Amino acid sequence: MQNAVISARELTRTFGDKAAVNRLTLDVLRGEIFGFLGHNGAGKTTTVRLLNGVLAFSGGSATVLGLSPAADGPALRRRTGVLTETPSLDERLNARDNLTIYAEVYDVPRDQVNRRVDEILGLFDLADRSKERVGGFSKGMKQRLALARALLHRPEILFLDEPTAGLDPQAARQVRDLITHFSRQEGHTVFMCTHNLVEAQRLCDRVGVMEHGRLLAVGTPVELARQLGSRARVEIEVAAEHVQRADSLLRSLTADVSVEHDTFMIGGVEREFVPRALAALVNAGVMVYRVAPAEPSLEDVYFALHERNETS
Amino acid sequence: MNWRGIRAIIRKDLMVVTRSRNTMLAMIVVPLLFTVALPAGMILLSSSQDMLDEFSPDGDMALFFNNLPASINDELSAFPQPNQQIIILLTMYLFAPMFLILPMMTSSILAADSFAGEKDRKTLEALIYTPLTDAEIFIAKLLSSFVPALLVSLLGGLAYGLVVNTVAAPIMGRIFFPNLTWVALIFWVAPAAAALGLGAVVLVSSRVNSAQEANQLSGLIVVPLVLLVIGQLGGVVYLSAGVVFSIGFVFWLLGAALLWYGARTFKRGELLARL
Repeated sequence: MQNAVISARELTRTFGDKAAVNRLTLDVLRGEIFGFLGHNGAGKTTTVRLLNGVLAFSGGSATVLGLSPAADGPALRRRTGVLTETPSLDERLNARDNLTIYAEVYDVPRDQVNRRVDEILGLFDLADRSKERVGGFSKGMKQRLALARALLHRPEILFLDEPTAGLDPQAARQVRDLITHFSRQEGHTVFMCTHNLVEAQRLCDRVGVMEHGRLLAVGTPVELARQLGSRARVEIEVAAEHVQRADSLLRSLTADVSVEHDTFMIGGVEREFVPRALAALVNAGVMVYRVAPAEPSLEDVYFALHERNETS
Repeated sequence: MNWRGIRAIIRKDLMVVTRSRNTMLAMIVVPLLFTVALPAGMILLSSSQDMLDEFSPDGDMALFFNNLPASINDELSAFPQPNQQIIILLTMYLFAPMFLILPMMTSSILAADSFAGEKDRKTLEALIYTPLTDAEIFIAKLLSSFVPALLVSLLGGLAYGLVVNTVAAPIMGRIFFPNLTWVALIFWVAPAAAALGLGAVVLVSSRVNSAQEANQLSGLIVVPLVLLVIGQLGGVVYLSAGVVFSIGFVFWLLGAALLWYGARTFKRGELLARL
């Protein structure tokens, strides 16, 4: 695929008899936030390791930024950044030392190291704690520092493994904002492993869903819903005094109806249902204030994919 | 070879280890004990009647005296007083194997912290995703343990020389340290002992999950040094210059073999699989 910065073809990695990654074929485009979804043990982390050349392939091929992970691991890792599931920071050292050492390892030009470290500490709101031991940091601060370290050498692709796992809502939001900033404003490609479906829906341009090492589907949530033949959901808001009348009328048309206050959620319907229901409501004298089609959530798609895979 | 990256990892490992109070305590107390406190104490005791009795023909150390080879007897004959001879035997021979514990212990403590400690502290994954090759990481880890061990043995040798020459000056009347055996010990055997300690830790580190386990297992490597102490006391072996050169040669061979095997098995993929 043109403009792909990651291309995997039949990529496979086995441990003994078990295939952790099984014939994975995937393209990730430059500048997109790609969500890699799956349960624990689905093969997400192993894929990141394969794509960065830290694990050998058992089969298939891959190129990342035009390089082969198997043959050009060091050159490739110079151009990627990885945020691992645990922050992997030296807790006996302070924040500045953690960053400075990795700036040297990633060969940031000597005359830029201090400036780059200062900039990123400021950006991640850690400047005033830069001389403190990391061991005393909160989980959210550690995660921000680990993300800062992954971005210090300005990687072209940022791999994130469960970037907000275990964070409180505020810290998780800060991390999400930083990811969005670096993708949308600085043009980094982001490859994000997660099982947080709400987060993936909010951040990702496209997603791939993994199960037992196999890629079940890839695309935007809407594309995936279409692939699955998922039916639409519709929200209909009516006048409060007409809720009862509307309820009996809608239930006579379809079974999947729920109501909250004066808004009905109707699921599993065809597009043609909307004008039919609207006409029936209007003819019955129900005041309709709002009719809104609801996109299928990523969660709907995710579980539908797994369900389909289980049954097949 | 990415020497800048290697230097950064060495700096990181040394910063991490110097911020561990327990490790630093062990690295300061043991050398002070072996190079300052014990030799100074023994020299001061050498003129006591108890010590003279121990080394007399009827004393417990008689076997040691009776079995001395001619070369050592020649060396002792230059010092006519019994307490002078005791000082020569203690400082030149009996303390020699204990001195070797310093480089071996230093390198193994640092290597355990550097290799297995990364797993302990959950920092290995970040290191593995760096652009450094497996060989560069391995070299950085070796040097961060080996170079400080060399420094400790050189400084320890210097401190030992200063202490024994100074404390024994009123009894000996002249500077007597070092002899050829100790020069070989400091510059030939101590680096080999450091390499051997390092090799032992590298070997066990990939199979254990903590620096503590690595230290405990690799601690077995000091057994030959303990045997040397016992061998000297029992009159079985004496650390003459020739023996010291031979021990150094054997240590280098064993250390090199262990490190060669460690380098071959040091693969980031394998390390990750064990996380």
